Amino acid sequence: MEKRLLPAANSLMNRARQFIPIGLLALLLGLLAWLLNRADSPIGHTHGPGETHANEVRVSRRSGKSITDTGIQWPSREKLWRTLTLADYNTRVVFAGVTALGAAGGLVGTFLLLRKRSLLSDTVSHCTLPGIALAFLIGESMGISGRSLPLLLFGATVTGVLGMMSVAAIRAKSRIKDDAALAIVLSVFFGLGIALLVVIQQLPTGNAAGLAHFIYGKAASMTAGDARLIFFASVAVALVCAALFKEFKLLCFDTDFARTQGWPTLALDLALMGLVVAVTVIGLQAVGLLLVVALLIVPAAAARFWSHRLGVTMLLASLIGAISGLVGVAASALFPKLPAGAVIVLSSVLCFSVSFFFGAKRGLLVRWLDQRRVAARVARQHLLRALYEWCESQALQHLGDPLQLLDRPVPIAELRQANHWNLARLTRLLRLGAAEGLIIWNPDSHACHLSAEGKLEARRVTRNHRLWETYLLHYADVAPQHIHHNADQIEHVIEPNIVNELEELLAGREGGALVPADPEKTTSANSDTPS
Amino acid sequence: MNWTELDTWIVITGVLVCLACALPGAFLMLNRQSMLGDGISHAVLPGLAIAFLLTHSRDILPMVVGAVVAGVLTAVLTQAVQRFGQVESGAALGVVFCGLFATGLILIRVASDRVDLDADCVLYGSIETAVVDVARVPRVALISGGLFLVNALLTVLFYKELRLAAFDPALATTLGFNADAIRLGLTLVASVTTVLAFESVGSILVIAMLVVPAATASLLTSNLSRLLVTAMLFAAASAVLGHIGAITLPGFAGRLLGHPGLGATSSAAMMAVTAGILFLLVWVFSMWRDSHGRPQRSTPT
Repeated sequence: MEKRLLPAANSLMNRARQFIPIGLLALLLGLLAWLLNRADSPIGHTHGPGETHANEVRVSRRSGKSITDTGIQWPSREKLWRTLTLADYNTRVVFAGVTALGAAGGLVGTFLLLRKRSLLSDTVSHCTLPGIALAFLIGESMGISGRSLPLLLFGATVTGVLGMMSVAAIRAKSRIKDDAALAIVLSVFFGLGIALLVVIQQLPTGNAAGLAHFIYGKAASMTAGDARLIFFASVAVALVCAALFKEFKLLCFDTDFARTQGWPTLALDLALMGLVVAVTVIGLQAVGLLLVVALLIVPAAAARFWSHRLGVTMLLASLIGAISGLVGVAASALFPKLPAGAVIVLSSVLCFSVSFFFGAKRGLLVRWLDQRRVAARVARQHLLRALYEWCESQALQHLGDPLQLLDRPVPIAELRQANHWNLARLTRLLRLGAAEGLIIWNPDSHACHLSAEGKLEARRVTRNHRLWETYLLHYADVAPQHIHHNADQIEHVIEPNIVNELEELLAGREGGALVPADPEKTTSANSDTPS
Repeated sequence: MNWTELDTWIVITGVLVCLACALPGAFLMLNRQSMLGDGISHAVLPGLAIAFLLTHSRDILPMVVGAVVAGVLTAVLTQAVQRFGQVESGAALGVVFCGLFATGLILIRVASDRVDLDADCVLYGSIETAVVDVARVPRVALISGGLFLVNALLTVLFYKELRLAAFDPALATTLGFNADAIRLGLTLVASVTTVLAFESVGSILVIAMLVVPAATASLLTSNLSRLLVTAMLFAAASAVLGHIGAITLPGFAGRLLGHPGLGATSSAAMMAVTAGILFLLVWVFSMWRDSHGRPQRSTPT
């Protein structure tokens, strides 16, 4: 009964564990949705976005008179309070929208990063400009207001997809490399967009001021409707990511395996690229097309420093994206002159820098400490083996008792000479060894000897070294002159199960000695070297 | 079409800038660093802004110094993030140039009351207003000409080293040329070119001209010297045709759409678009040749 239940419970647990990141994400989104609806009060609604904006402008103009030479004014305390407590409905919606956008960008960006296509998002975002301009032109000539957001975003989506497909086509059908294909599509589409924008500015109804928002973003002054659109689109993107989590994971880590298993890899790839276009297009308004690429690249790259697990990385990426979005909107609500997109990007770049140095898994500091730890271990093991070998040579020379082999005090000077170590390094090593209790050494004396623990460790290390040397000599046909250096590298990382295998393999040769004799010496003494 | 002396200067400047960009661009493409041009053109913004803030002027020298420092910083930081952080190269470049560009935007906005500097002028450029100059020969034309001569000279002088570093960096290093140093030098040249060209033509034209003519030429030939010559031909052709397109097409389209009297559009942008159209034509031609014609190797136009 129990035996049958246990695997079932285990697999259930495993499946549940997979859903933890998704569940947490859902929690985050639910919180945001609650925030969005918390006080959908009539006051909030009548208090239109235009009005608040006009207020802000008036305030800043009044207080800005005296300090015209600095572009940024400090907000009044009342405004600071109102922004931080999310007192205005509009602020609340914009906060929720941009936060959700940052989270969605982090999710999609992680997959994009693992597919090594991060810069594709840069190209896609530049490619949206001609679409926006064309949509505006077509809208104007058909009598619809060219500034209707769905129309412009539709145009952006069309050329974004077109640009992405151009990159794929150039990559597949010519010998142009990846990066050049990206740069070609980016510059040509963006050039077309600028050419169209200049034309639009000359139209009588033109005034491309509304379109300029798409280039630099205008997070803080978005209307509630726009922000709500961003929010729900971001939630949709996040849900698609969650639903296709397993498929995308396989696509990112082993496309060929996915294909042989019968997954529609091409369709999945297209779906992922579609999500990239979606995040880019909905991010245009908030961050601007020049910086929307950062939403997709930076949080994902930052999160990679913290975990090797995909789910955790994605969750962190979306968290970093969300926080950056929050900071950016808050800053641009408090300082209307600050470009929101730039603040969003800078805060995520700040997260990236912190992760770069202090990330728990790939951070510079952690890896540096790891390297130091390994280097210290290697040096310690070299010292122990040197001590062992010295004792061994003495025992051979003076025919001492083999059981008392390792009890001899080893003179430091001879140790130095035999291994060509410099004194400072040797002293440091000895001090470390003494601190760890492997060696008994008095700094004033000229000799040291192994402790009980050190003897065991020295024997083990020397044994591993020689086992590997013997193996190389007899099975890998490596010349005796070369085995020592090779074994020097491998002895530190050799695993116990491999040691067991080596023992079995070499059992007949060394007569089961506790530590086999140094094969380098025995073979060079014999002069006939096996080939 | 109403051709004036101004148009002549625009075309001359455009051709010179395009030629100057095409040469380092070809080597960037061979080194698979094409997107670096895009990165640098965004990342020079903080360099420019800091130069403005320090000198309070729009002199060319501090601007160039600031931008070149920022450009080289982009390349070096990208390398560092890639190597020490084990971040994929594209993402590393993305992180670095986004960060620098955002810094630049904020600096410009903070300083906007004191300094007459607009992010737009960096991004789009305005070759049309740049050639309006009191001198008989506009300053931008001189700068572009000088830039082209220097780039051509550097290409000729370091042709062997650049080729070796592009095709076999390991061999270059074993032969005693430091491939990394050569690449850094190339990055430096690309930054200077980007900066000097952005003043007249904006960053779009720079990115386009760094990559597109070289890529177009690479569809036609595998020989490096032929590739450089062909790329320069395409660059010059894009400049001339682009300007003609800029002054004729909007009027033409405007009459069709019922907006007569539309003036010219941005010449720099149209030059980039023309380069793209030429690329498309050559691409289609090369695909046709591969499927129909005899298997030919390297036939430059």
